Parts: sequence; structure tokens; C-alpha cells
Amino acid sequence: MIPHMDLPVITGTPPRMDWWLLAPLLTVFAAGVLGVLIEAFAPRTRRRGIQIGLAVLTLLAVFVLLVLQVGSLPDGAPGVTVGAGALAVDRTVIFFQGTITVLALVSLLLISERRDGRDAFAAQAATVPGSEEERAHILAGSQHTEVYPLVLFAVLGMLMFPASNDFLTMFIALEVMSLPLYLLCGLARRRRLFSQEAAVKYFLLGAFSSAFFLFGAAMVYGYAGSVNFGDIRVAVEAGGADIFQGGNGEPLLLMGVGLVAVGLLFKVGAVPFHNWKPDVYQGAPTPITALMASCTLVAAFGALLRVFFVPFGGSAESWEPMLWVVAVLTMVVAAVIAVTQRDVKRLLAYSSVVHAGFVLTAVVAGSAEGLAGAMFYLAAYGFTTLGAFAVVTLVRTRDGGQELGDLDRWAGLGRRSPALAGALALFLLAFAGIPLTSGFIGKFAVFEAAVSAGAVPLVVVGVLSSAVTAFFYVRIIVVMFFRDPEGEGPTVVRAGAATGGVIAIGVAATLLLGVYPGALLDTLLPSPEEGSAPTQVMVDQASVERGSE
Amino acid sequence: MIPWLTLAIALPAVGAVVLWALPRTNRAASEATAASATASSAASSGGGTATATAVRPTAAAATGGGASALTAKRLALGFSIATLLVVAAMALRFDTSRAGDLQFQEVHPWIPRFGVSYAVGVDGIALALILMSVVLVPLVILAAWNEHEDREDGGRGYFALILVLEAMMVGVFAATDVFLFYVFFEAMLIPVYFMIGRYGRGDDRARAAVKFLLYSLAGGLVMLVAVIGVYVVGGTFLWSDLVAEGSALAAVDPATARWLFLGFFIAFAIKAPMWPVHTWLPTAAGASRPGTAVLLVGVLDKVGTYGMLRYCLELFPAAVSWFVWPVVALSLVSIIYGAILAIGQNDMMRLVAYTSVSHFGFITMGIFALTAQGQAGAALYMVNHGFATGALFLVVGFLMARHGSGLITDYGGVQKVAPRLAGVFLVTGLAGLALPGLAPFVSEFLVFLGVYAFSPAPAVIAAVGVVLAALYILWMYQRTMNGPTREGLTGLRDLSARETWAVAPLLALILALGVYPQPVLDVINPAVERTAEVGAAGDGATEGAMGAQEEEGDAE
Repeated sequence: MIPHMDLPVITGTPPRMDWWLLAPLLTVFAAGVLGVLIEAFAPRTRRRGIQIGLAVLTLLAVFVLLVLQVGSLPDGAPGVTVGAGALAVDRTVIFFQGTITVLALVSLLLISERRDGRDAFAAQAATVPGSEEERAHILAGSQHTEVYPLVLFAVLGMLMFPASNDFLTMFIALEVMSLPLYLLCGLARRRRLFSQEAAVKYFLLGAFSSAFFLFGAAMVYGYAGSVNFGDIRVAVEAGGADIFQGGNGEPLLLMGVGLVAVGLLFKVGAVPFHNWKPDVYQGAPTPITALMASCTLVAAFGALLRVFFVPFGGSAESWEPMLWVVAVLTMVVAAVIAVTQRDVKRLLAYSSVVHAGFVLTAVVAGSAEGLAGAMFYLAAYGFTTLGAFAVVTLVRTRDGGQELGDLDRWAGLGRRSPALAGALALFLLAFAGIPLTSGFIGKFAVFEAAVSAGAVPLVVVGVLSSAVTAFFYVRIIVVMFFRDPEGEGPTVVRAGAATGGVIAIGVAATLLLGVYPGALLDTLLPSPEEGSAPTQVMVDQASVERGSE
Repeated sequence: MIPWLTLAIALPAVGAVVLWALPRTNRAASEATAASATASSAASSGGGTATATAVRPTAAAATGGGASALTAKRLALGFSIATLLVVAAMALRFDTSRAGDLQFQEVHPWIPRFGVSYAVGVDGIALALILMSVVLVPLVILAAWNEHEDREDGGRGYFALILVLEAMMVGVFAATDVFLFYVFFEAMLIPVYFMIGRYGRGDDRARAAVKFLLYSLAGGLVMLVAVIGVYVVGGTFLWSDLVAEGSALAAVDPATARWLFLGFFIAFAIKAPMWPVHTWLPTAAGASRPGTAVLLVGVLDKVGTYGMLRYCLELFPAAVSWFVWPVVALSLVSIIYGAILAIGQNDMMRLVAYTSVSHFGFITMGIFALTAQGQAGAALYMVNHGFATGALFLVVGFLMARHGSGLITDYGGVQKVAPRLAGVFLVTGLAGLALPGLAPFVSEFLVFLGVYAFSPAPAVIAAVGVVLAALYILWMYQRTMNGPTREGLTGLRDLSARETWAVAPLLALILALGVYPQPVLDVINPAVERTAEVGAAGDGATEGAMGAQEEEGDAE
């Protein structure tokens, strides 16, 4: 027997679609489709330029649309839902989407960078690595311009992910985001087997975690009788759907929360679901790694914050202990493992895991303050990490072909390219949370929220693991500045305008958000006056049509 | 109204930026061979191709660097002297009759969301320490004038780092916002880290720099938790609001106050450095250039003791009484342990570093004796120690610049070939062992008076440290300066005019403050009376708070 449910009735009249609020997502989607058509119809020689132009224009347009949307949000309410309650539009969501758009735009610069007519992607991914056929394609100058539509589709998923207002939409967003990324990971020009291995690993583990997520969503549906976040929130506060009047639905909810959490924690790369990160970050083409390390992390945390604060916000006591454990494990285990790393990209991957742990302390805080802290942290970290990966793309082996991952061979970089090494040193100091960089303000924001919420032990673990992470950041600086190059030192290829731009943006954002964070903190993030509960700034209704028009 | 303190912070910072912004080469280099010109242009553009960067800067580039380095050095000296003049002008306007209050205050909101302000201001103690810092910086630059001739950049980066550090030193003493203080406290590690790791001496310098940074950072991060705690409890970062009557922080329960106190104290103890967290200092000082060591030991470490006085005591008066005896005990261990290890050192830089561990024991003991005399002595000791140890490091540096070694056993009979150098060495050494008539004697005496009034036993034990001080200083002097002149030292130059000018002001200050310390004491005393009062009132407040809690318990 199917229990009666208060689903919004969408069979009678079609749901009203608020095209204006859906416009950013539709724009990206349309551009992605258009990109595929360009692949099919535009002449080979002109595809690249068209694709890059299209992608850049799309992201710019999305950003403008998002900015305009802020003005059309209703006063007095946190926001509205659109598409029969499938998507939420509120200031938090728009902040996440805006951040993702800007970071994606910056990553796009890295992705489009070409040296001697060659970008970071395989000439023809379908050829067997090392084969004659591959050589022929390389010599012919083939290139995968499909990269750009793929990136657009991934960005579409990322924009949807933190905006989802029900579990099915969220699952679709998760897949739309992940599938292009699996593919992009396998497209590296150099060390192709490595890259393909990374793609397979990412795909298998990612598919596995998606299954967890979906299974968890099914459990929650069983408990709440709905996949809509607003309905789930009501059900959680009431102790379950109508059939659970006896209050015996708790195990179902716990299982659901746990399984959904697995799926989301996998995407943010928290311990013990972090194992894919070092391999994938190392194997993927560095521009794609940069995209994942910034945009995907922001999107995944946006979704995670939404899931824990909106539908599950009423049962914090059921998930907080779990997140405590995960946060502590993430900060401690990743920091300790990172100390032993010798490869720059792997090291940055572990560093990203540790940072995920820091952001989790803000999630544990469970307050609007924590939400704001996490939002600031993610934006600041995104720019810094993009800059760091941009530097990685420039440091090469002697022939200038392959990126130089091995840290020991970075010795003497500070002497040869003081500006580049100085920029990387700044990014590393920001990762370490040294004052006057954005990393410090971010760390302060999340830790402050956690202390306010009484999670002092968690913060103590956080600062201790910060001290450990400082060790390996500082070691990179030691290698670059204090050691003489031994034998075949690193070669620094001249930074193209795009890569140089990414580094400059990274430096500017890191310093600006570190010295004058007020601009972001006061204007874009939820302010304390709006209330201390996250739902006061996040939409939690089942379905709210826009305004009263 | 002139924002004196902001000016004193901004001036060296601007100087550093100017130094970095100087063109990397001058005409001499650009007219040189094509290869070196390519190399230098590649370096200046920050990029470089494989072939260009592979070419090491040649002699032509080096002379070009030398010329621009001279400009850089002159600029650095100019900026540091300008800062000194600004601070001196400010000090003349300082109202001594209100030396216990914060003066030259500036408060501007910085990060409103977290209640953070850019708030600076000085009381007597802060003013004295800022003055000491800005006096030391030009002398350090002068003393290090020729130290980096062999470097590609002619030491330009080093001088820029000194100026950055100077800005942060002024800032850390002037900050009256806990957050701002923390920002300076942590950020100043970075220039020192590069000064040791990049421009230090010995093969061990990278390790020493990392050790220094990690120790300080670990302490700083523990303090970060306490800083956040202060904000969560007190609701503001402004120091004057936090210590005001009836602030939320004053009403915090004693257990929390103790934890917060401890959070701050650990950071300051590492900085100070106090046994058992002192181990980074000898390593760092041993790997430092003398100038770096002067600023590291003379100024940076003072931030630790200054922080104890300003933040630990005044923010958490309710917790102080708990920590008095443990801290006094640790101070005693530092005094004796530092002195004994100093005796055993062969490297003069490390020796001086260990004597500082011992001296900092006196300072912390004076602070935690909670008597006005003890704290006045401690505050004066901070200033005097900066001058005396600074001079000692500089003189040791002059020796090393001549002979290339810092080991005592490599010297002997220097007095016969370089009498002036030996004389200066002796006077600074005697200042280090607090000979009456020289400045450190006054402060050490005051500390003893204050500690004796607090409890005789620690004073008696600490007296052993004075005896040991005579031993390590005189024995070092005897081994290096007396006896037959060793081979290879016969042609040793005596002090040059530049070197004389670098130490003469310090010697003059040591003598002047030894005979007539009153001007500094006038500035320090009112400020110290406030902290001593706070300490004494703190005990009352503790009892009051506990009483209130008991009453609440009864009511329930």
C-alpha cells in the first residue's frame, strides 16, 4: 500500500517554470550542446577558437545572470525554489554558483593554454599510447576540442549540485558533474597510461560512491516519503513520515544519512573516502586537476552543506558524531600521509584533503556562521589552489615537455625564477594559514564558527594538523629557495598570457582576501543579523513559487 | 593629528617594496655580454627559457648587481633611519605623566564581521620596546653592509626582509587589537624564516629555519585557538575593551580563563624562549647572520615576554595566580640550564643564544613575581638585553667576518692584534654579565628586588645564574682574546669606521642607561604599576568570581 503523501501536485497543471531563475543552468546546458554541434559541423582548424570563445562567453554570461538574479530574490525570505521544488535559489546557492563560475573561468584559461601549438591534452585519446597511430596524430597536430563542451557539462553539474533541492536532482547533478570529469581525467598528453589509470580509478570509485548516494536517498525516501529537501526536513522534525507514527523509523533515517554522506564525502575527498584524490590529481592533466581541486570541491561542499543543513538539519545529533570522526580522521590522517609525499601534485592532493577536513569543522558547527565560514574558505582556497596548479604546469623537465612532479628536482627554482617561486611560496603560505593571506582568514572563520558551536576539541585537532601541514608546505619552500640545483634542475617554461594571468589572479585573490576580506565577508556571505540557523539563509520549502506576481 | 604609529609601520614596509621594485640590473649589466644580458632580462621578467636560465650570472651581471645593491643598501639604511626619526619624534611627544595609558591610539574597523579593528597605541612599555627595535635596525643594516657581496642580488633581498621585519616589529608592539597582534605575531615569522634559511650561514641553515618556523607556528596555532576563544567569550578583539571593568572576558569562569591563559602562554614561552621549548633558538641563532641574530634574539623574542606581560597577565587576571609558581620554576630552570649550556658551547653565536635563554629566565621570573619592581625590572631588562646582546652578536659577527669562523677554539690572542675590537667585545660581554655601571645591572637588580619581595628562595637560586654568567662571558673572552695570538690571526684588521659606528651607539646606550636609567624607568613604571595592580586585583577578582559562583550554587 502506498502511503498518502503531500507531494506537490504536478499532474493536474504543469509546474510553473521560472525561466529567469533557471537561465544560468539553461545557458550552460545550451552552450554545451552547441559545443557538441560545433564539433560536428565546424571545420577542424577553426574549432578550437570557436569552442574557447563559446565557453568563455557562456561563463561570463552565467556570471552576469547570477549577479542579476540576486536582485530578483524576494525580501524577507531566504529565497525561492523553482521547477516544482527541484532547485533552490537563494543567496547561498548564488554565492556557490558564482564562485564556481569564476573559478571555472579561471581554470578555462589554464585549460586553453597552448605551448608550441600543443595543449595539455592528448592528441587523440583513442589511440594506444606509444603506438604509431598516436605518433601520426601528434605530428598531424590533432587535438581534442571536445574538452570545452565537456568542461561546460561538468560546470553545469557543478552549478546544479549545490542548488539541488531534492535528492534525485542532486543525484543527476552529481552524475552530470562527474561523467565529463572521468573522461577529462584520462586525456593527459604526457604519461598517458598514468592518466588513463587515474580515469579508470576515478570512474570506478566514483560510480561506487554514486551508488551509495542513491541507496541512501532511497532510504531517506522510505523514511520521509519524499525526496524533496523541504518535505524531508518536515518529516525529520516530525519523527518520520506518517507510517512511522510509532517513531521506529530512526534506523532508516540513520542508514539514509550515512549512505548519502558517503557519497558526498567521497566527492569532497574526506578520509576514509579520499583514496582517489592523490591518484586522480596526479594522473589527470594539470589544468583539469586545477578545475577539480577548485570548482568540484566548492560544488561538492555546497551540496554537502545543503544536505546536512536543510533536510537533515533537524537531526543534527544523528550526524554530528559521524562528521566529528570524519573531520578528525581527515585532518590527522591526510596531514600525516602528506608528510611522506615526494610528488608535488600528490602533495597538493593530500593538502586538499586536509583542507576538506578544515571545512568539515565548519559543517560540524551547524550554524549560519559555520556556513559563512565554509563559503569564505572555499572561495579563498579555490583561487589559491588554482594558482598553485598553474605554477605546477610551468615547471618542466629539461626538454620542456613533461611536468616535473618530483619535488627534489625543484631545487634551486627560487634562484632561477624568483617571481614564479615567490608566487608559489605565497600560495603555500596561504595553505598553511599564515596571516595576511586569505588562508588565514578562512581558517579563522571556520575555526571561529566551530569554537562558537562548542567544538573546541575539533579545533585543537585542526590547529595541530595545521602545524603538521605547515611542515610540508615549508619543505617545498626550502627546496625551492634554500637548496642549490643538483644536476638536471627544473626548467621553467615561459608563462603564456593565460597561465600568467591565472597565477596573477591567484596572487591577487590570496592577498586581497587576506588583507581586506571585508568586501567578501560583509556583502556576499550570510550576515549574523539574518539569524544563526542555516535555514534562515537557505531555502527549505518544498515548493515556493516566486513572489506574489 | 599625525598617525605616528601607522607611519612607523608603513615607512619600512614601503621601503621594502621600493627595494624589491628596484630594477635588477643597471646599465653596466645591459652593456655587458649578450649571454649575461639575456640571463638578467630573463631573471627580471620572472620567466626565462631553458638556455637563458641555465647561464649562471656572470661577472658582468655581478658588478651590475653590486652597483644596484649599493643603492639598495643606502635606501634600506635611509628608510630605517627615517623610521627611527619618526619613532623618536613620537617618543618626544609621549606624555610621560600618563605613561600607563595607551597613547597615539588609532582605531579603524578592519574586518567588521569578526569585530576586528586596525587598532594601535602604545603605553610606556610598548614605546620603550619599539624604540629599542628601531634603534637596532639601522645598526644591523650598517653592520651587515658588506656581508652579502658574494650574493647574486648583493644582499638586496636581505635588506628588504629586514625592513619588512621592522614594520612587523613595530606593529606587533603597537597592536592593541588581539587579532591584529596575532597577525603580526605570525606574519613576522616569514621574513625571519627567509633571513635564516636563505641568507644564513652554515650548511644547516635550511633545517634551522624550518625548525624555527615550525616551533613558532605550532605555538602560534595553539594561540589561535585561545585568540578565537577570547573573541567568543569576550565578544571583541579590542584590548582596551577586553580589559575594561565589567567586560565579558573578566567574568569568564576561572577554568576557561586558565585554558585561554595557557594557550597564549605556550606561544609566548616558545617565542621567549623558555626551557623546555627553547631548543630552536641556539640552532636558529647558530645558523643566522649576526644581524639576523640581533633582531631575532634582541627583538623577536621580546614579543614573547611582552605578550606575557600585556596579554597573559592583563587579559586573564583570574588565572594568573595559578601559573605563578610553575612559571617561576621554569624560569629558574631556564636561568641555570641556559647558563650551564652556554659555558659548554664552542660556537660563539650559540653561546650568546644560550646566555639569552638564561636572561629570558630572569625576565619571565620578574614578570611573574607580580611585584611592581620585578615587572619594572623585567621591562627594563627587555630593553637593555636588546642593546647588550645585540652589541655582543654584532661584535661576534665582526670577528666572524674577519676570520670566517664562529668557533672559540679558532681564536686566541686577538687582543694583541685588534685591541679596539677586543675592548668592545669585553665591554659588551661585561654588559651581558650585568656588571654594575652597565645597563643590564640595573634591570637585573630590580628583578632580584622584586622576586625577593615575592619570595626569597627563587631569588637565591637565580643568583647562581649570575655567577655562571661571569664564568661563560669571561671564559669566552679569555679564550678568544687573551693568550698567544694564533697563527692566521696575525693580520687581523681592527674595527673599521663603519663597524665602530654600528656598535658605538649601543655602547653609549649601555653606559648611559647603566648610570642613569631614570628616563626609561619613568616611561615604564606607570605602565608596570598597572599590570602589577591587575595581577594583584586578579587574585581578588578570582575570589570574587568564585564567591559569585558559590552563591549561584546556593541559590540553586
